[in-house]
Amino acid sequence: MNARLQMLAGSFASIPLTLFGLILVTFLIGRVMPIDPVIAIAGDHAPPDVIAAIRTQLGLDRPLLVQFWIYLVNLVHGDLGRSVMTSHPVTEDVARYFPATLELATTAIIIAILIGVPLGVFAAARQGSRFDHVVRVVSLAGQSIPIFVLGLLCLLIFYVKLGIAPGTGQLDVAYEGMVPRVTGMLVIDSVIVGDWDSFWDALAHLAQPALVLAYFSMAYITRMTRAFMIESLSGEYIITARAKGLSAARILWRHAFGNIAVRLVTVLALAYAGLLEGAVITETVFSWPGLGLYLTVSLLNADMNAVLGATLVVGLVYLVLNLLSDVLYRLLDPRVA
Amino acid sequence: MLVEIQNLRIQFRTATGVSEAVRNVSLTLGQEKLGIVGESGSGKSLTARSILRLLPSNAISTADSLTFDGIDVLRADERTLRRIRGKRAGLILQDPKFSLNPVMTAGAQIAEAWHVHRGGSRKAAEQAAIELLAQVQIRDPQRVARAYPHELSGGMGQRVMIAMMLAPDPELLIADEPTSALDATVQAEILRLIEDLVSRRGMGLILISHDLPLVSHFCDRVMVMYAGRVVEELAAAALTRARHPYTRGLLECLPALSHRQTRLPVMQRDPSWLEV
Amino acid sequence: MIGVISRDWLLTETPASRAQAAWVRRYRGWLQFRGNGLAMVGLVTVAIMILASLAAPLLAWQDASAQNLAGRLAPPSFAHWFGTDELGRDIYARILYGGRVTLGMVVSVVLLVAPVGLAVGSVAGYLGGLADRLLMRVTDVFLAFPRLVLALAFVAALKPGITSAIIAIALTAWPPYARLARADTLTVRHSDFIAAVRLTGAGSLRIIVRHIMPLCLSSVIVRVTLDMSGIILTAASLGFLGMGAQPPMPEWGTMIASSRAFILDQWWVPTIPGIAIFVASLAFNLLGDGMRDVLDPRQR
Repeated sequence: MNARLQMLAGSFASIPLTLFGLILVTFLIGRVMPIDPVIAIAGDHAPPDVIAAIRTQLGLDRPLLVQFWIYLVNLVHGDLGRSVMTSHPVTEDVARYFPATLELATTAIIIAILIGVPLGVFAAARQGSRFDHVVRVVSLAGQSIPIFVLGLLCLLIFYVKLGIAPGTGQLDVAYEGMVPRVTGMLVIDSVIVGDWDSFWDALAHLAQPALVLAYFSMAYITRMTRAFMIESLSGEYIITARAKGLSAARILWRHAFGNIAVRLVTVLALAYAGLLEGAVITETVFSWPGLGLYLTVSLLNADMNAVLGATLVVGLVYLVLNLLSDVLYRLLDPRVA
Repeated sequence: MLVEIQNLRIQFRTATGVSEAVRNVSLTLGQEKLGIVGESGSGKSLTARSILRLLPSNAISTADSLTFDGIDVLRADERTLRRIRGKRAGLILQDPKFSLNPVMTAGAQIAEAWHVHRGGSRKAAEQAAIELLAQVQIRDPQRVARAYPHELSGGMGQRVMIAMMLAPDPELLIADEPTSALDATVQAEILRLIEDLVSRRGMGLILISHDLPLVSHFCDRVMVMYAGRVVEELAAAALTRARHPYTRGLLECLPALSHRQTRLPVMQRDPSWLEV
Repeated sequence: MIGVISRDWLLTETPASRAQAAWVRRYRGWLQFRGNGLAMVGLVTVAIMILASLAAPLLAWQDASAQNLAGRLAPPSFAHWFGTDELGRDIYARILYGGRVTLGMVVSVVLLVAPVGLAVGSVAGYLGGLADRLLMRVTDVFLAFPRLVLALAFVAALKPGITSAIIAIALTAWPPYARLARADTLTVRHSDFIAAVRLTGAGSLRIIVRHIMPLCLSSVIVRVTLDMSGIILTAASLGFLGMGAQPPMPEWGTMIASSRAFILDQWWVPTIPGIAIFVASLAFNLLGDGMRDVLDPRQR
């Protein structure tokens, strides 16, 4: 157990360095931009002395190293600067938009796991069969179709043509503002206050983007599950299990799947992290008021504080999920230690 | 008669055609100890595993008859096969490092074999697992039952494997090179354990190995295979009267203390051995 | 001569020379690849795509940028196979020229990424110690961002456009190559032939460039093929978000972005470039999948 703790310490030890690199990269991106943040604030035709004043106020006349230090200190205080677009502090904006992304990504990953894992397992169990080929094509297609195309097509078919799905956004206009904000995740908030009309509407709005996003990561999960399972099924212990006279289902799930479960957990954590990327586009297509939409709108408005703040937060979440996958692996697998 | 095989053929379909791994092998086995000897690729493992129909999925096996205690193995459904596998015939594989499930404890794997064929409560199965571990002469069965395979030595792992295969009290034990992956000092111990358990329980045994003298020491009867065929079959005691040049070659290429040899002979393979 | 290079010569179990042995191996790989129907579909599609975009001026009889506001948003017809877009431009011609942009971006990214990744990985793996730790830490930092998000931030900082998009994608795409090359290097670093080269007095640089990098190449090639679809998707996503190729350039993602509003009534306008992206990306996925099975079954 001691050795295990040491290994855990090892995976935590690399975090500060990576985090520092993360911050440094976002800082540097912010400083090489040709879009002058001063002009973004003061406007194109501001007189030179106003520009100089704002420049000093933002600390842009100081040496780069000093600027980085200030950036770090501000960061420690949770200060990511102010968004030009919303005129709120970026930290506040991020806190407001993040729950919607969390809601969307979590729903998507749950759908993706519930469909992707069994598909991968059965495809591996019948390797080379027609079912396997279909799964292979379906998951390759999922990895090949751009999310925004899939999203637009879904809107076209289910919203416009068939009329069975609601349009974009997180809630119908009629329900807007009815549910007090608790967690920021409307589906949960509406349950908390017991507003069932809002709940069903929120759920209906969630379904489409979540399914689109789920397909994207289901493809990945299916392929990884299948590959792991094929490897596991070719193990000698599977022959042992068959020689013991176990049922096919028990061999498949208890022995073959049991051996990949831990590795799969790490893949799932990574897939969850990968959803952040998909969320940026899905949210843009479905006008889902999450961090991804915030990021792209800020991009189009050249609102660099917001862009870098959101990028840093996304990087941070990514880092945490990566760490989580590492820790889970080391904690759960009896072979590690 | 426990096992009867007539004209067994096993083929593999490959990119360049069909390759024959086992050709026209026949054998009968009662409550006795049969050794199958041959080099790797001679088809000895495939022959033994076909009794449980545990062949790779791309293998095609045909036979005039292949029965286990009267049950037609080739035509049996999965359900019938499962009542043979484990319950009536166990299989011990070469290397416990790979043949034991790495993420289940030794105790759980043995208890599973017990539970599947004998039912009863989980608790009883766990208790039985510990007793079985004691039967394969493990000194601290409680500790070993809780251990994962990677925490066990090779000899210990193989004892767990044996305990697992003995759990449902089978009538036949197939041991496929059970000691080749073990240290020389442990090999004899494991073989003696297998022999002891087999004799005590009155089981049949198929011992597969590439080590002819070793097999003849532990078995009543020896079958020598070469390139998918049985080239010679003889009583273990009559080994010195072996006729086939391949068997003779195997015996002669061993160093002996009883007489002086300047250089060990190298086997000269005769293409005619392939045509029987 | 015909007798020399025959099927038998290529399938022999007893090659007479090293060259023949190499060709036998390649031919066997090809046979295996050819047996994979999906991979062949991928290969043929990729080949058609490359040819079609090279021959775009011959295949398209309309100017890709000629506007005709009177005939805007026309449905597919004999004159305009895929209809016209919101400015009356021929979508068929724009798809063909868009293929040039997309493939051009993919090739540029690969040319930037593969050598950098290969160099970083093999140097880190061969030298070990501090250099290894430093380089791998940098790699980790770049891996710590979702690719698209980092690329977006880069492009925003640089200035939206096709060059920035290429640089941004390249900046985010190299770390896996470095990892891969490092892993390959570690397996050969202590082998005897490297020691032998070292004994002849070869310096580290020479060993890395002449003896280690070529060995990492096959896994890098597989990875490149599998990465192509990812690069296509990222490029298209950047275009869709307005951060990649800028209009009026006929880039598929950009085309979708500018015609998004018409999906309700003229659905083909944004859908056709969407299909183009999907087909291109799927073709590379199928090709890469088949190549991996043949060249490097370890990779996933």
